[in-house]
Amino acid sequence: MAYLDHAATTPVHPAAIAAVMDALATVGNASSLHASGRRARRTVEESRETIAAALDARPSEVIFTSGGTESDNLALKGMFWARHSADPRRRRVLVSGIEHHAVLDAAYWLAAEQGAALVWLPVDAAGRVQPAGLYEALAADPDSTALVSVMWANNEVGTVQPIAELAEVARGFGVPLHTDAVQAVGSLPVSFAESGADAMTVTGHKFGGPYGTGALLLKRGVACTPLTHGGGQEREVRSGTLDVPGVAGFAAACRVAVDEQPIRAARVAVLRDELLAGVRERVPEVVLNGAPADAPGARLPGNAHLSFPGSEGDSLLMLLDARGVECSTGSACSAGIARPSHVLLAMNADAEHARSSLRFSLGHTSTRDDVDALIAAIGPSVERSRRAGALSGALPRRS
Amino acid sequence: MRVLAAMSGGVDSAVAAARARDAGHEVVGVHLALSRQPATAREGARGCCTLDDARDARRAADVLEIPFYVWDLAERFAEDVIDDFADSYARGQTPNPCLRCNERIKFAAVLERALALDFDAVVTGHHARLTQTAAGPVLRRSVDLAKDQSYVLATLRPEQLAGAIFPLGDSTKAQVRAEAAERGLGVADKPDSTDICFVPSGNTAKWLHERLGSKPGPVVDVVSGGVIGGHDGAYAFTVGQRRGLALTTPAVDGRPRYVLGIDPVTSTVTVGPADRLDIRYLQASPSTYTGPPIECQAQVRAHGTPVAAKAGYAAGRLTVEFDAPLRGVSRGQAVVLYAPEVEGDRVLGGGWISETGGS
Repeated sequence: MAYLDHAATTPVHPAAIAAVMDALATVGNASSLHASGRRARRTVEESRETIAAALDARPSEVIFTSGGTESDNLALKGMFWARHSADPRRRRVLVSGIEHHAVLDAAYWLAAEQGAALVWLPVDAAGRVQPAGLYEALAADPDSTALVSVMWANNEVGTVQPIAELAEVARGFGVPLHTDAVQAVGSLPVSFAESGADAMTVTGHKFGGPYGTGALLLKRGVACTPLTHGGGQEREVRSGTLDVPGVAGFAAACRVAVDEQPIRAARVAVLRDELLAGVRERVPEVVLNGAPADAPGARLPGNAHLSFPGSEGDSLLMLLDARGVECSTGSACSAGIARPSHVLLAMNADAEHARSSLRFSLGHTSTRDDVDALIAAIGPSVERSRRAGALSGALPRRS
Repeated sequence: MRVLAAMSGGVDSAVAAARARDAGHEVVGVHLALSRQPATAREGARGCCTLDDARDARRAADVLEIPFYVWDLAERFAEDVIDDFADSYARGQTPNPCLRCNERIKFAAVLERALALDFDAVVTGHHARLTQTAAGPVLRRSVDLAKDQSYVLATLRPEQLAGAIFPLGDSTKAQVRAEAAERGLGVADKPDSTDICFVPSGNTAKWLHERLGSKPGPVVDVVSGGVIGGHDGAYAFTVGQRRGLALTTPAVDGRPRYVLGIDPVTSTVTVGPADRLDIRYLQASPSTYTGPPIECQAQVRAHGTPVAAKAGYAAGRLTVEFDAPLRGVSRGQAVVLYAPEVEGDRVLGGGWISETGGS
């Protein structure tokens, strides 16, 4: 089987499995005062330091959560509530149209239920948020802005955002910026300190860590109202008994992913380019969405988001799946319905182009064999899906 | 064969898929997402409808260990079934959306896409018997007459039926449920769906009113010729209907009044006594029966009683004459012709009722 869906989730790294197993076999609530508790707490704090070191943050900036969705919700809602309650004029939430649903839906909810006003930041045809666009949006009414949220790298088309520039613009107006860096860690160099972001979402399972682990990196002094109330374990911003094995596995994977990032990224980019070349040879009409693959730092190294004109992505996915090649249509909801990707639509692609797209994403376990399996399968699959696509587009109607 | 099993999330389609797999076919399960989420700011991002049904279908596919996908056919369904349903009412007819869905979605859009994707047939959980013979497909009633669905399949053309497999026709619903339980399918005791799937409230009149708006008009008595009431939209009435007529004036002869006709142009509902509902013949077009004149049993409603009739086809039109007067037949419904045979009632064909007469 060729697993080309690392952007969805990654195989867990053996170091993470070992860390989880060790911690699982040991009793101890990290909040308990006795020896077992202290041992658990030590595991948590060492993990926190590991993650902070890997991501160039201070340990006290790491707030453990259950993953990307929780971190995004905590950042969006928590920072909105805190900023809005400090100054009721601050209603505006500035987000780009290419954000993950964990950000978008939290923002929609704030607008629908909490009096927030959504402002869309423009993106170009490559899916890149323009710092000038952010400047304009902020300058229009700086006092009314609660926060800005722009992801570090897009999960569908792989476009890397100019986070440092955007954060600098936001800082100029005294507005905090949150970034969802779920896809970036392990694929790109990520420094929380240098980015200038005030809050950053990370999750373990995108870089070889266990599912259900993650963190919100939150600068000291940035106010964030909790979503959940209870023991106040994580800086009083997040409550809940800490998942010690999860935290340990998350940290172990984070260390490996960040240590190996330059080598992994280079290796994966070579595979991705071979994938692109091989697919292009068999399907010359294929279109690469997002930033060019050869522009340095513009695109995630493992991402190949392709449109196959005349095909429907969901037919193609099914045909490739039957041939043992696993990929994604990008945006699937819980019912598994493929809809035109909101990311491509935000990039001004038409719905037909969006529907014809597939995402292939490589990661730390990807091999040349995976790429070859796709290259062998893509030609006949595209040909067949085109026949089906032509039918579903122009089926003769009979009364 | 490679077959595509359309899995609604109900017990019938789950068992149908299981039987297809046991028969040695390579089966892929597909759930058809048919309803469209009300337009919201994030329309285009998601269209999670019938989430529970999709989940039930997926779980059944897991248990059967077959691949499973969801196909989004909401747009086609909206145009070909939902719009057609409303338009048909607006024209004063009484449509049957299940037939339309079979004709235009399951055995059109889905079948054609399946064939293009290298499948040989579409498997569904319809209760009907289908045999592929050298002379073409032969469709018969299910052995379970209470659950028989041959009526809603009768307007399928032979080339559509040629690509269909109905594994449940020889079983009763009770047997299907028992088999589902034996197979460990969680949907074994899921209640049957009864309502029109896109009118979840079950209140078709309200749904039509929201969609078609207010179109007030008179209720005219066919005996006196006078206006004896009013209404808010003729589309809310069905020929043969007695209840729900808000008559302001009692009928001159004191007999109950039934809807006899609906004129969508003038928004007039004509009512009269029951005997005026009787018809002696009808015409249907298009028709899947194109054979010579024939004596048969005709059925004009999904669960109606078949009656003796003579049918003939000429110039693209099916004419059916009933041996005895038949009451309450609406345009827009289908007439289905059966030949009683020892092996079970065979479907001769069916057509969409365009005219009725002879009262």
